[in-house]
Amino acid sequence: MSVLNLRLGAFAAALALLPATSSGALAQKKYDTGASDTEIKIGNIMPYSGPASAYGVIGKTEEAYFRKINAEGGINGRKINFISYDDAYSPPKTVEQARKLVESDEVLLVFNSLGTPPNTAIQKYLNTKKVPQLFVATGATKWNDPKEFPWTMGWQPNYQSESAIYAKYILKNHPNAKVGILYQNDDYGKDYLKGFKDGLGAKAASMIVLEESYEVSQPTIDSHIVKLKSSGADVFFNITTPKFAAQAIKKNSEIGWKPLHFLNNVSASIGSVMKPAGFENGQDIISSQYFKDPTDAQWKNDAAMKAWNEFLDKYYPEANRADASVMYAYIVSQGLVHVLKSCGDDLTRANVMKQAASIKDLELSGLLPGVKVNTSATDFAPLSQLQLIRFKGENWERFGEILSGDVGG
Amino acid sequence: MELFINQVLAGIATGAIYACMALAVVMIYQAIDHLNFAQGEMAMFSTFIAWQLMQWGVPYWWAFLLTLAFSFAGGIAIERMLFKPLAKAPILTNVAGFIALFAIVNSVAGLTWDFTIKQFPTPFGSSPFLGSQLISTHQAGMIGVTVGLLILLYLFFQFTRIGLAMRAAASLPESARLVGINTSWMIALGWGMASAIGAIAGILIAPVVFLEPNMMGGVLIYGFAAAVLGGLTSPLGAVVGGFLVGVFENLAGTYIPGVGNELKLPIALALIITVLVLKPAGLFGRPIVKRV
Amino acid sequence: MSAVEEVTSEAPAVEAVPKRAMTLGYGTSLVVLGLLIIAPMFLKNFFVFQMTMLLIYALAVLALNILTGGSGQFSLGQSAFYAVGAYTSAILMEHMGVNYALTLPIAGIICFGFGFLFGQPALRLSGIYLALATFALAVAMPQLLKLGFFEHWTGGVQGLVVTKPDAPFGLPISQDRWLYYFTLVIAIGIYVASVNLLRSRSGRAFMAIRDNEIAASAMGVDVALYKTLAFGVSAGITGVAGGLGAIAVQFVAPDGYTITLAISLFLGMVVGGVGWLPGSIVGSAFIIFVPNIAEHISKGLSGAVFGVLLFLVIFLVPHGARQVAIVAQQLIGKLKK
Repeated sequence: MSVLNLRLGAFAAALALLPATSSGALAQKKYDTGASDTEIKIGNIMPYSGPASAYGVIGKTEEAYFRKINAEGGINGRKINFISYDDAYSPPKTVEQARKLVESDEVLLVFNSLGTPPNTAIQKYLNTKKVPQLFVATGATKWNDPKEFPWTMGWQPNYQSESAIYAKYILKNHPNAKVGILYQNDDYGKDYLKGFKDGLGAKAASMIVLEESYEVSQPTIDSHIVKLKSSGADVFFNITTPKFAAQAIKKNSEIGWKPLHFLNNVSASIGSVMKPAGFENGQDIISSQYFKDPTDAQWKNDAAMKAWNEFLDKYYPEANRADASVMYAYIVSQGLVHVLKSCGDDLTRANVMKQAASIKDLELSGLLPGVKVNTSATDFAPLSQLQLIRFKGENWERFGEILSGDVGG
Repeated sequence: MELFINQVLAGIATGAIYACMALAVVMIYQAIDHLNFAQGEMAMFSTFIAWQLMQWGVPYWWAFLLTLAFSFAGGIAIERMLFKPLAKAPILTNVAGFIALFAIVNSVAGLTWDFTIKQFPTPFGSSPFLGSQLISTHQAGMIGVTVGLLILLYLFFQFTRIGLAMRAAASLPESARLVGINTSWMIALGWGMASAIGAIAGILIAPVVFLEPNMMGGVLIYGFAAAVLGGLTSPLGAVVGGFLVGVFENLAGTYIPGVGNELKLPIALALIITVLVLKPAGLFGRPIVKRV
Repeated sequence: MSAVEEVTSEAPAVEAVPKRAMTLGYGTSLVVLGLLIIAPMFLKNFFVFQMTMLLIYALAVLALNILTGGSGQFSLGQSAFYAVGAYTSAILMEHMGVNYALTLPIAGIICFGFGFLFGQPALRLSGIYLALATFALAVAMPQLLKLGFFEHWTGGVQGLVVTKPDAPFGLPISQDRWLYYFTLVIAIGIYVASVNLLRSRSGRAFMAIRDNEIAASAMGVDVALYKTLAFGVSAGITGVAGGLGAIAVQFVAPDGYTITLAISLFLGMVVGGVGWLPGSIVGSAFIIFVPNIAEHISKGLSGAVFGVLLFLVIFLVPHGARQVAIVAQQLIGKLKK
């Protein structure tokens, strides 16, 4: 039943596209390497092994999603051939895999490759080759740079705008706060830190009492928390990945440190952070979101969540539904499908970028109410809205309006 | 001053993690005369077994005992199947074997239990210990178990026939064989015991750092460092080494201006190397005299 | 603890390889060389790039082989020297506009010095202790590269993008082919120099130390000098490989030079055969292509498949590719009779 509905939906969407495309593109089909009458080759690079292998699940979900699309008839009659390679989060390997995708497999575009260092390593190459590097899976701010890199486009709200939102909130509600920061010592942590300091502006120096960094190789971050507590900070900005976020939340409660706690979106998951850390320890933590947390009970009967669950039941039953990456991948895959559909029969690389850069108020299944995808020729940041949330009981409670904190690249 | 005391206490609590792992490292070193790079992964896998048993409703202590038995048997099985055939191969080939084992265990655990963190229960509770918020009852329990293990291991190696035989088999295999020790089985037994101690370490560490397939990566580095600092032949040295590394690392991170915070681990490692240069067999290790 | 000192006459960690067995015969060398020269002419750019990486890693494995196979010292820290070489080249090219070819000898010299200095404390350590010390170096290196203090030069966590050189004199070949032949010439030069080094007086000193340090010093070999020298030479060659790697990949970042790289290089040495220099290229092929094969077999279990393949290799040929070569040689010898 549902499949039929979706098919009808796809058909209707195709019909709706007809008038728009019939004038030029339909008359003659245009293809670049990687696209044909029957298939579209999409390349992808993920850390299936190595230190960041936790994110491999994104590639697996995307593969499952494109299987679903193909089972439902593909995109304008073309099947997606999703080729995903492992780079183990090592930039030299990413270069090798990207070249393999472009020169040997001859893909139309590289989609959602993961990580800031790996994507930086291949950005120049893909731009020289004029291959779209579409919807990269990193929140670094630098992907929104259409002038310098017209073939690279980001996806999620960037780290700097997120921390600027927290900074604004603190300036407004707690102007005399003493802020302690814990951040991961890599590109991700430093990007958040920079956005936060820029957001505080001139007051950054006087408000931030301590910045502590940790390495992912550290087993625990206890020592940093002890130091932060003794610094006298009453606001804590927690820029950590899920494991360390859970440790910090738990440790805070153990040593009786109760600051106003801001947690980055990276770790705003009930199933993989708040629950292991203990609900009682995480009360009143403030964070932000742009998509629905599948482990949050408030979305139990939500239509998008039901569709998500049906998709997983059928195409990826072994997926861990507490893992926010699965939802992330589900949404970004829809984004790609939207772009490819709007390309019609003009599947050239230039048209892919053109369509990707002209998305207007697109709503995707799984995004929070009010969060929309928007791009333009000068705005290569598809998602830039966030919703502030606060942890209450066993759920995230949304408060305030949808915020947009666009920090340019 | 308060910060100093707090950091020392936090260092002791973290040091207990390292000490636990270092004991397992010493155990395997006593048995096979080199280090097993896959040891952390084996411990992680054992911990997942315990977690899975508890998910299936097995009570904590039963799950604990079953996991120990499983790890002991698993350690012996790995030795018999994978490393006995390599007994005559060069040592470096064996090291490559450890790396292969590391890759296999990590990848299988990742596929089976995925990479989201799991909460792991503790039998000791996590309330403040003796009124100090810096050491929880779990961490105190962990220190207690580590010291208990240390005493047991000391008695085992110093006074039991089998413990002595094991040491003989590791340090002078040929002479050991001459006096009738089955060195091959001594090695297997050592693997089993190291694996079981690793399981205890994993089960104690998991409530603090959360259970996930990469849980032991960092812990093993510190465990090695602690064991080497204390002297690879001495269980006591390993435990002392663990606490020293934990405390020193925290103090370096707190009091060395500028780079201390960013370079906690490198500074700790540099200190260990300095100690090794001055005392090549570690703080408590027996000096080795070479002859031609 | 025990008052009795342990007395051991332990076997050396690395078995003795006679120096003649360290190289290939002239016939085989020429065939391999011919293949390396001709093959890229018929390959796509991507495969040429892969072959360039093959040569680069082969150089790094060769460097480790000189240290471990030659002088018997064990190192898990080669990634640190590789990183220093890569960053030296990248910084010289991007910040100072030095020609890429000139950055390589500089990278080599800096790494030689770095390795020589590191060899000093390493003198007091052996076996497992040396392994830990070098391992520590490999673990510390990415953190040092990230340090705010150097950020102006290293680009910090963001890394540095490197410009790829064009073929000189307007030669009508692609950047990739040019870089390949450029790398090939350097690799052959270093290989020949290494073979000669191991055959020279210094090489014999290395091997005497490897086989029995005390006996070597009794015979008048300056153990300290030659051990640190081996470290320096090994680090220098690794540095050149690192520099070439940075140029080929066009990017340096701390994440590219973690302990994983050091472990890969170590595996390359074992698979190629410890102490057998031509095995370096076999080992390099193993560390580049086997992960790709493993990934092809299963994405979710690529690590496990890699581990199983590695076990298969060390079960079948515990002495690495050298063993295969020896067996092949004996077979050919029999056929000739």
